[in-house]
Amino acid sequence: MSTKRIEKIVGKAIPMPRDDIDTDRITPARFLKSITFEGIEKALFCDERENTPDHPVDNPAHKGANMMFVGKNFGSGSSREHAPQALKRFGVDVLVGISFAEIFAGNCFAIGVPLGVASAEDVNELIRQAQEEPETRFTVDIGNSTVSYGDRVVPIDIQETRKAAFLAGTWDMLANLRGNLPQVEEVAASLPYVTNFESEAQ
Amino acid sequence: MSKNTLYDKVWDSHTVARLDSGQDQIFIGLHLIHEVTTPQAFGMLKEIGSGVAFPGRTMGTVDHIIPTLSQIRPYEDELAEKMMAALEQNVNEFGVRFLHLDSGKQGIVHVIGPELGLSQPGMTIACGDSHTSTHGAMGSLGFGIGTTEVGHVLATQTLALNRLKVKRIEVTGSLGPGVTPKDVTLRVIHDLGIKGGLGFAYEYGGEVFDAMSMEGRMTVCNMSIEGGARIGYVNPDQTTFDYLEGREFSPEGEAWERGVAYWNEIASGDDAEYDDVYEIAGESIEPMVTWGINPGHSIGISQPLPEIGSFAGEDRKTVEHGYDFMDLRPGESILGTKVDVAFLGSCTNSRISDLREGARLIKGNKVHPGVRMLVVPGSQQVKQQAEEEGLHEIFTEAGAEWREAGCSMCLGMNPDQLVGAERSISTSNRNFIGRQGSPRGRTHLGSPAVVVSSAIAGCIADPREMGEQA
Ligand code: SF4
Repeated sequence: MSTKRIEKIVGKAIPMPRDDIDTDRITPARFLKSITFEGIEKALFCDERENTPDHPVDNPAHKGANMMFVGKNFGSGSSREHAPQALKRFGVDVLVGISFAEIFAGNCFAIGVPLGVASAEDVNELIRQAQEEPETRFTVDIGNSTVSYGDRVVPIDIQETRKAAFLAGTWDMLANLRGNLPQVEEVAASLPYVTNFESEAQ
Repeated sequence: MSKNTLYDKVWDSHTVARLDSGQDQIFIGLHLIHEVTTPQAFGMLKEIGSGVAFPGRTMGTVDHIIPTLSQIRPYEDELAEKMMAALEQNVNEFGVRFLHLDSGKQGIVHVIGPELGLSQPGMTIACGDSHTSTHGAMGSLGFGIGTTEVGHVLATQTLALNRLKVKRIEVTGSLGPGVTPKDVTLRVIHDLGIKGGLGFAYEYGGEVFDAMSMEGRMTVCNMSIEGGARIGYVNPDQTTFDYLEGREFSPEGEAWERGVAYWNEIASGDDAEYDDVYEIAGESIEPMVTWGINPGHSIGISQPLPEIGSFAGEDRKTVEHGYDFMDLRPGESILGTKVDVAFLGSCTNSRISDLREGARLIKGNKVHPGVRMLVVPGSQQVKQQAEEEGLHEIFTEAGAEWREAGCSMCLGMNPDQLVGAERSISTSNRNFIGRQGSPRGRTHLGSPAVVVSSAIAGCIADPREMGEQA
């Protein structure tokens, strides 16, 4: 598995103004039966898109966008990783919003999708900009924690530890975890339940 | 920062290393796997040429996709069959223990973990399903993880995690008649909000929890995640030990004694310190029911639906959307709202005590002709026990359908789904739009008592007003 540094993302944005968009809406449960993530991007918001003719995801003005601006508590609900996978495979490389659900945020980090948090006012401004001038090219700068377009610079919050991992290219945690396997054995040996209490723990 | 809580003790004893990311590498005592969130993770192991680090600390079952009407293979649903076959192949290839459909022990992961004595106090328990918080009822730290993290646990038996804060939720006094653990958890989410638990582990305590059965504690811990808390737990006590003793994977003899001593030690100390404490008087809790599109949209069943103005400005959009979608109006009563489907099941409320309670209330009554009622045991063992007690006959005589174990109508991944704009009253844990399989389907959450009283009445009904006191 190759790991890469994530420093800057430049491109157009899809505005998704609603709050509390849960993972059932991002990828409805009935699409989760696949055994690979291949093609999961087709499930992205599919129920909403069917019922909403001018859904932002289908709006040709946002075609080719590689980031998404979202409201409050985005990604709440089920822990399914299909939601971030669908977003990533659809082409969304970074999301900026008012807040994100914790498990969703963890799942995004695990697959190398940074999340930026900004004030409601700033996010709404970004959303308006993307709605009114969809051709706008935004720059998300991970190191400086900003989103900018034209002369406008909006500060965003990116969780420090995650930011460091994106910049250093160490967000692929598995490599880090495997490096400590000897210590893992030691901890296992110190926990009495690992032998179902058959022997005294060390 | 919290000190000397069960959370702190378990965290510290399971810490392998501090990672560059600032996160802790935490050993996972029990890894439960099922068909939905694992195939990609096993794929990842193959890609990097890794095996399963601790196959003996992993247990697999199937729950999400299995049909509950007929479980004869191959399944009609090709994708379900494919997922099932992939899991079977993976557990064989990687040497992981697996509870087959013909083992007599298959069931929803969060039902079988405690039931088999796999989930024990003081463990860290992970599973690729957000309701892993259920296992906190055993006095363990259980939490849901994503598929990538499932791969991490398979390959290393560890996870990179951020330490949470600990909020003590103290429910004092006692519960009134007809008020159940489901109502306690819905009330907590109502009060603290669906984001109130973000960044927190909830420790549940107080007289109500001291007196609560293990199955009731599981119901409450199950829904911690609906309040935003990835972990919810109850300290182990005599009730816990009585429940565990004699279960298939519980220690025996001297080992049992050593276990009890260890479990007593890892409970929160008298001097424990918390980051926050929230108190609810048990007497103030009513049977609860949800009216909207997230589990925080709930009310005491006899209360009028809340005014939009009573919500914080930022929540109003969702509240309006909720009223609109559910076709309900502020100020009205939720009692009398016609329902099409009643579902008694899911990892929240499908244990033997839930079925006994449901059967007790439905006995001698009939499911309303306008209502389709499904009763779905959480595991094969629960099903067998219920059948030995004749509960299935009570349900079928009342006109309900009695099914095989599985997740069933909790989520639209198997044939049990809402159709069109059907409205359900359900003991499950999520009322999100589309959750029960139909994009227009409407879900109300409530306790087994509320589901049964509503199934009989044909509309949302207060279980306290049934012939006898519930
Ligand atoms: S019953 Fe529902 S919430 Fe529980 S594991 Fe199954 S799908 Fe998830």
